[in-house]
Amino acid sequence: MDKQEIFDAVQQIFRDNFDDEELVITRETCADDIEDWDSLEQINLLTAMEKKFGVKFKLEDVRGLKNVGDLLDLLGRLAG
Amino acid sequence: MNLFDYPLDPALILQKKRSLKRTLSAAPGLVPKRIALMSGSTIGEIKNILELFLLANGIQPSFYEGQYGLFYENLVFDDGSLAAFAPEVICIHTSVHNIQHWPEPGEGAEAAGQKLAAELARFKAAAKAALGFGCPVILNNFDLPVYRVMGNREGSAAEGRVRFVRRLNEALAQLADATPNLYLNDLAYLQAVHGMDAFSSQTAWYAYKYAVSIDCIPYLCQSLANIIKSLFGRNKKALALDLDNTLWGGVIGDDGPEGIVLGNESPAGMAYSEFQSYLRALSGLGVLLNVCSKNEPANAEAGFARADSVLKKEDFVSFKANWEPKHLNLAAMAKEINLLPESFVFVDDNPAEREIVRRELPAVTVPEMTAPEDYIKALDRGGYFEVTALSADDRKRTEMYRQNAQRAALEESFGSYEDYLKSLAMVGEFGPFDAAHAERITQLINKTNQFNLTTRRYSAAEVEGLLGDEGHITLYGRLLDKFGDNGIVTALIGAVKGDTLDIELWIMSCRTFKRQLEHAMFDQLCEAAAARGIKRIVGHYYPTAKNLLVKDFYATIGFEKTAGDAAGNAEFVYPLKAGRAPLCHVMEIRQAKGAE
Repeated sequence: MDKQEIFDAVQQIFRDNFDDEELVITRETCADDIEDWDSLEQINLLTAMEKKFGVKFKLEDVRGLKNVGDLLDLLGRLAG
Repeated sequence: MNLFDYPLDPALILQKKRSLKRTLSAAPGLVPKRIALMSGSTIGEIKNILELFLLANGIQPSFYEGQYGLFYENLVFDDGSLAAFAPEVICIHTSVHNIQHWPEPGEGAEAAGQKLAAELARFKAAAKAALGFGCPVILNNFDLPVYRVMGNREGSAAEGRVRFVRRLNEALAQLADATPNLYLNDLAYLQAVHGMDAFSSQTAWYAYKYAVSIDCIPYLCQSLANIIKSLFGRNKKALALDLDNTLWGGVIGDDGPEGIVLGNESPAGMAYSEFQSYLRALSGLGVLLNVCSKNEPANAEAGFARADSVLKKEDFVSFKANWEPKHLNLAAMAKEINLLPESFVFVDDNPAEREIVRRELPAVTVPEMTAPEDYIKALDRGGYFEVTALSADDRKRTEMYRQNAQRAALEESFGSYEDYLKSLAMVGEFGPFDAAHAERITQLINKTNQFNLTTRRYSAAEVEGLLGDEGHITLYGRLLDKFGDNGIVTALIGAVKGDTLDIELWIMSCRTFKRQLEHAMFDQLCEAAAARGIKRIVGHYYPTAKNLLVKDFYATIGFEKTAGDAAGNAEFVYPLKAGRAPLCHVMEIRQAKGAE
């Protein structure tokens, strides 16, 4: 998967999870920008991404993810 | 395809939870319930997903969330917030992670036994404290530990952790079996169904302190919701069953009764036979079996006449074998046995028939049926008929509905309806609530929707509190006739306020509609009220999606409407005068003989 495909898939996961088809994310989007993005939702986002990209995050992977950019980089490493 | 029917797609449910909540919350007639979720580990997403499963079952929950890991403290030393919340169900979400003192290899059986007693005492104390809130309590049993230091010996030695958990689970089962209002959510079974590695993800535990993998949270919530909806009378009540390639293999119209696949001669035949056995066992629990098949009636019956057919024609209440569209047959069947379409599960191997029923009767549950070896699973995993209490009436239900069909046949041969009623040789037996019948009365209160004036629900503890209570007049009624005993089918609760009696609850099972039992019941109430010096009786009607039937009921028995609002809520008053003439003349009246 190239970077654009990963980005599109992640964007769709955000839209589905936050029930907002208009949602537009950037690399800088973080939990402060989306009202419902709390620690609970973080888990759901990660679970949805594991499913979508067929990967399994390790404990170490999911620590210190600050924003969408960190997520994209992680997915790029594991599924790129 | 309903997302909450078999097979579940847990990932999709988790992902779509917001839009699902929005859609499900918009359904009419949801019943609000207060649910306390006590934490042995993280419950955040469990609450969200449990909400969806309850909404899908017509229940609108509001939640009390216990503090992380503090199930014991929050229950035993409630700071007042839980009592103020007044829970209608308490779920205690414990798991193997809440076992504090494990036996150690080499310390001996006695020490292990002491630790077992200590652990059990703590969970018992939490359950007991929860029961003190007067509502049903659901406690998880324990999932098995994910590692075994001694290997297989962990399952046999008294000091082994696997054996320790199994002993705890057996002790909890005994406790639940012996304790009214306490129910076990079988976490150990769920773990077995989904497999330990899938169900008990260590990432979910270490990273988020979830006792269950995120992907498996929907299964956990489905299990909890099944118990809760069963407690509140939201179980399905009937099955509408296709025949060809559903109850047997092949097409009986083409292959003949000897040509269909059934019995122990072939793998598929065994699967169909076992499915029939499963259905017969459901029937024994009070689930009504009905045939909904495109067939000539004689062909359909010939299948059940085979010696090796587990199900016989007498096992079915309604038998619709014809060429009408299935949704019309199902609707007619529901009307015939006085159930709502939403009480039905439709079972058919043909995707096109399933689709038509889903489209035309969206309230009917339609699980995916793929291959005969998976038919049982499709029904079983759905938990449509989850049993939380089993009364003698449940076991006799099919027979009672069949008697109703005989009564209907008789009705057609009489000149007037009253003549017909008199010909039934009915006996109404009435009495105040007593301990012997409290369980059946509670069950009836919580599952009756149509003849239900206030739709107020009572827990077992609340009903028990009414036994012998001077401040209330309670009354139940049993109806017998020449076809059999219908059991306890009606109940009424009235609060005495000076010389006024306020009817807080009046219900009657749909299987005794139009028998004038409600008139006999009112005659009994008037007698009991007069003996207490009551001068006026007040009744209320609160509309729901299902009780339109009794909107004008009070007016038909001599009440006068005194108040009403735009929402349809209404109040009625009946002046109780000496020398009142009874309403019911079609049955013999008996007083119940005290506690049996």
